[in-house]
Amino acid sequence: MSYEAGARVRVKAADPDHHTRVPRYVRGHTGVIVTAIDQWPVPDDCARGIDPPRAETCYAVRFSAADLWGSGDHAVTVDLWESYLDRA
Amino acid sequence: MTGHDDLPVAARARRLEERLIAAGLTSDDEMDEFLTRLYTRASPVNGARMVARAWTDPQYRDLLLSDGDAAAKDMGFGDLSYALRIVPNTEITHNVIVCTLCSCYPVSLLGPSPGWYKSFAYRSRTVREPRTVLAEFGLGLPDEVEITVWDSTSEARYMVLPVRPAGTEALGADELTALVTRNGLIGTALV
Repeated sequence: MSYEAGARVRVKAADPDHHTRVPRYVRGHTGVIVTAIDQWPVPDDCARGIDPPRAETCYAVRFSAADLWGSGDHAVTVDLWESYLDRA
Repeated sequence: MTGHDDLPVAARARRLEERLIAAGLTSDDEMDEFLTRLYTRASPVNGARMVARAWTDPQYRDLLLSDGDAAAKDMGFGDLSYALRIVPNTEITHNVIVCTLCSCYPVSLLGPSPGWYKSFAYRSRTVREPRTVLAEFGLGLPDEVEITVWDSTSEARYMVLPVRPAGTEALGADELTALVTRNGLIGTALV
């Protein structure tokens, strides 16, 4: 599965007990795909020594400050691997 | 200016180095050699040269925005160990870069990152209240300018393409390059 630009996605709310590149402040939040950046190994797998790690598309995902913080008129864009996301 | 050695992050980095050396994964000499090689070539002048060229060469600007690594290579800054992504400012949009998880940033094009870029305050506040943070840098943006914060959580590294200042039509490449600051490439200054 892959996401097209403009697709709405929700970041998984999971709080894994291992390394991840999902910042806590976007967990469970809905954003919009800006673009697919590239395919890279999933950092969570690399950090756990899983060999070979999954290679997945990483996306730039845009969130509105009002959604993240309840206030603010800016946007925050975070790079997130595909398995961090579900279609919203 | 606060010296890097005085920062808490320097003590943490040193403890990590000691663990890596103790584990036989590297040595002080090897790290010194790597850092010397990196830092003798890494400079914000590199990023500034790319910006100055993009201001005067529309084809290069297109390349810069569509394939940052190819644009860097075209200026002799090849072999980036990251995917370079350029975010262009306009009269009504402003971009600023942060790494909330650590302190990622395109070192080879911006030079060693400033201490404040690694600080918990900058990393936590920039995603939350960028307008206030930028004002503290002396960059007061009009309310109608929309701010986008780019959190560098992947293998991509972000660099801002500032707006070319008005009144610079007569300047040559070197003079334009000299206008561009490291803070401008991060987004904590206009240029």
